[in-house]
Amino acid sequence: MSAEPAEAEAARFRDDWAGLLAAGHGAAVHPGILHRLVARTAGLLHRARREDPFEVHFAEQAGALLVDAHFTDPAVLARAIALLHRQPDGNGRGPAVCGAFAAGWAAALRERTLREQEAIRTAADSARKEAEKALRASEARFRALFESAAIGIGIGDTEGNILAVNKALQEIFGAGPEDLQGHKVNELVHPEDTPGVWEAYEDLVSGKREYLQFDKPYYRRDGEVVWTQLTVSLIRDDDGAPQYQVAMLEDITDRYRLQERLRHQATHDSLTGLPNRAAFFERLEKIFEEPEPGARFGLCYVDLDGFKVVNDSLGHETGDQLLTAVADRLKAALTPLGHLVARLGGDEFVVLLENCRGEQEAVAAAKTVLNALDGPVHIGDHRLAVGASVGVLERRVATTTPGAAVRAADLTLYRAKEAGRGRWTLFDPKETARAVSRYAVSVRMPAALDRGEFFIDYQPLHALADGSLAAVEALVRWRHPQLGVLGPDEFVATAEETGLIMPLGRWVLEQACGQAADWERRFGAAAPQMNVNLAVRQARNAGLVGDVGRILQTTGLNPSRLQLEITESTVVGPEDEALKTLHKLVDMGVSLAIDDFGTGWSNLAYLRDLPVSGLKIAGSFVGDLHDPRKDEPTGWRIVSGLVSLAHTLGLTVTAEGVETRGDADRLRAIGCDWAQGWHFGRPVRPAEIARRIAEGGPPR
Amino acid sequence: MRRPDWVPAGTDLDKPNAARVYDYYLGGSHNFEVDREMARKAMALWPDLPMIMRSNRAFLRRAVQFVAESGISRFLDIGSGIPTFGAVHEVARAIRPGSEVVYVDRDPVAVAHSRLLLEHDLLSHVVQADLREPEDILSRPEVRELLAPGEPVAVLLVAVLHFVTDAEDPWRSVSVLRDALPSGSALVLSHASLEGRPDQAEDHQALYRMTPTPLTMRTHDQIASLFEGFELVDPGVVYLPQWHPENPAAVGEHPERMTGMAGVGLRP
Repeated sequence: MSAEPAEAEAARFRDDWAGLLAAGHGAAVHPGILHRLVARTAGLLHRARREDPFEVHFAEQAGALLVDAHFTDPAVLARAIALLHRQPDGNGRGPAVCGAFAAGWAAALRERTLREQEAIRTAADSARKEAEKALRASEARFRALFESAAIGIGIGDTEGNILAVNKALQEIFGAGPEDLQGHKVNELVHPEDTPGVWEAYEDLVSGKREYLQFDKPYYRRDGEVVWTQLTVSLIRDDDGAPQYQVAMLEDITDRYRLQERLRHQATHDSLTGLPNRAAFFERLEKIFEEPEPGARFGLCYVDLDGFKVVNDSLGHETGDQLLTAVADRLKAALTPLGHLVARLGGDEFVVLLENCRGEQEAVAAAKTVLNALDGPVHIGDHRLAVGASVGVLERRVATTTPGAAVRAADLTLYRAKEAGRGRWTLFDPKETARAVSRYAVSVRMPAALDRGEFFIDYQPLHALADGSLAAVEALVRWRHPQLGVLGPDEFVATAEETGLIMPLGRWVLEQACGQAADWERRFGAAAPQMNVNLAVRQARNAGLVGDVGRILQTTGLNPSRLQLEITESTVVGPEDEALKTLHKLVDMGVSLAIDDFGTGWSNLAYLRDLPVSGLKIAGSFVGDLHDPRKDEPTGWRIVSGLVSLAHTLGLTVTAEGVETRGDADRLRAIGCDWAQGWHFGRPVRPAEIARRIAEGGPPR
Repeated sequence: MRRPDWVPAGTDLDKPNAARVYDYYLGGSHNFEVDREMARKAMALWPDLPMIMRSNRAFLRRAVQFVAESGISRFLDIGSGIPTFGAVHEVARAIRPGSEVVYVDRDPVAVAHSRLLLEHDLLSHVVQADLREPEDILSRPEVRELLAPGEPVAVLLVAVLHFVTDAEDPWRSVSVLRDALPSGSALVLSHASLEGRPDQAEDHQALYRMTPTPLTMRTHDQIASLFEGFELVDPGVVYLPQWHPENPAAVGEHPERMTGMAGVGLRP
């Protein structure tokens, strides 16, 4: 081993030292900085090894400088010691230099580690304090929001314990926090709670829904009721489990009360407090909306006797007091029976019986009315005897309309008045029709045709086999200026008596045939047959055949599309002139059907001689099936008998008055061909029929 | 307007944090036991990690030198973490004294540490914000001031975009920042890649899924597409040691072992 010159040895060490530091961490250091570090530390180590006197701290300093430059990897230390150890050791300082270098590196690393740990802890601490400060600020914001919100806010747990309430909520309840906090949410039940609100609440706290909103009443601390718009939201924890409920309440009492008052005003009579005319009609119309088959109702139309005299002689004030007293008595006597008492205006009152069990019940109600008004009424010094007349109407819902029913009850009332006061009179259709004609129909009818007051609705007839629309029946209506819309049963009899049936019948034929021809053009084979009623007097008129021929020609309607409905009484015997007319019509290609079969004195013997091709079983046969007083199996046997009789004669059978799917199914099973009634559709405007033809299928 | 945070972000010291884990890989002590535990596990699976981190740190230094030498003296370092040594302002000022730097990180501890470190540095600022909300970053006064003169700014996204998942759309973040940059600005970017050590990628990502900052390693093409709207400086997107090495030996025989890819782009 030759000793190399000291300078060459120093240069070689520097190169090795530089290579050692350049590896690893050295790559991340700027080359210039690294170069200076290499020169500095190599210099220090050289001085430690060679300079006299021996200064061990040069080696320590070199180790510390490496740590300062972030050479903190212990592998660097290992490699450095190994390199130092390999250097020639002429003066025996080698081990001491290695030791001092390692000590310097370790001491610096220890200092650095402690410093960095201190720094990162300080940083973490400072970050935590910042976060806490931010959290406090956030809490303060929430607290301010909660406390000063104009809306009432309450927080509860999922067991329903009220945990916190804000000021606005305390004000809504007129309570202090102690009256609410610690109490249970379900103590806040109120009898007028919307149905479903508590079920929704249970769903919310059990996590099945997130949110609910209702208008809800609460009892205040002072016992008053406060109406609120309530919104409750569910708060879940990090795992999604229900944790809190937050309720927000807005006091809407004023708005609610106003609404209630407006509604009460709109539906109640301000003098007597009874439901008014609007409320009465609302209830009545509701009965007609979706009636059960066979549902019945009753009306007692009440008018005070001699009220005008009281009013005129004792003054309006006394009159008003009398009306109030009457209202109170009627209400006290009839409301417990479940009937509605309303004031229609003036001295007219009405009693409505929903789900009426029959005429007897309606009559009993009328008697109750008269009994209630039996004793005299004391007003001031006066003892006033009050009497009243009552018109009683009791019908199946399906057989009438609200307007017709009230009109009929009113007319029945007038019959009661005419018959002598202080009594009730039961509705009689014939009497009513007579009354209609007497009061309003006969006089006006001639002009009505010219004024265009008549119009036609069409009721569908469906084939039972496939549900298709087979025919429609034209039904004439009269939009009477005073009486409202009248049906044929209310004025046709009068028209026959007065002879007006002739021009009216012609008009109906023209309209119906025109309509049928229009549908035929638009829908071809899908267009329904047109059925038009023929009054007895029309059938007996020699001009009928000419009229029908002319109308078919002008409208262009295919005669086979027209069916005329006659009643059993149209033809009274084999020699009847009307028979010739009917044959002539059939010869033209028009078909005939017997309408309302079973209601007259049908002479079955010559039914076979009539040139008819159809038979319509009167609605009362099907209607009777639902009459609890009549045996249903017998009813079905009668209907079935009529169907087979008609089929024996080769006639197409139509059942009228079919109101339920069940009846329709049974009639189909019996073999009945066609059916007509509410189940298949009420009389409607022609546009609605057109829509149904276009749709093609059965109505439901 | 930035709305107040209703519930401020907490400082969760029970979970390892990417910035402190990175510090540990680099031999620093700015970390806690949870961080070291996580780092030790990762290193047991993948002993090259400290070397990779050093390589990334070396790229940062070379890239900052490069952009500083090309005349840029404004820096926006997003995801700056804990600037243990060779922080951007030090490297940049060695070339361009007076360089201004805004450090952005979303970790409150890293931010607090940086603030302590830079307390007396008037030309450096620290902002707590999240790269996934680039509009928020751009709205901060410190950042607006940096951009206000219209001089070129270097945006540094070094080893940070792999902490943004695909669903969080890192491409959008970069494009929002890009659109705010004046002409001549630079994008300095490095990113964990799937190609270098595909055998390690899944385990490593699995480990980071336990941290608040899951890792999404991406392919070369995906990383290159982050430079949309920039002109890539030669040699483009390459493995960390391959980008502007100071001498050919520094690249080493297996640059792909460093797995990270890096590049610098300039905004025309």
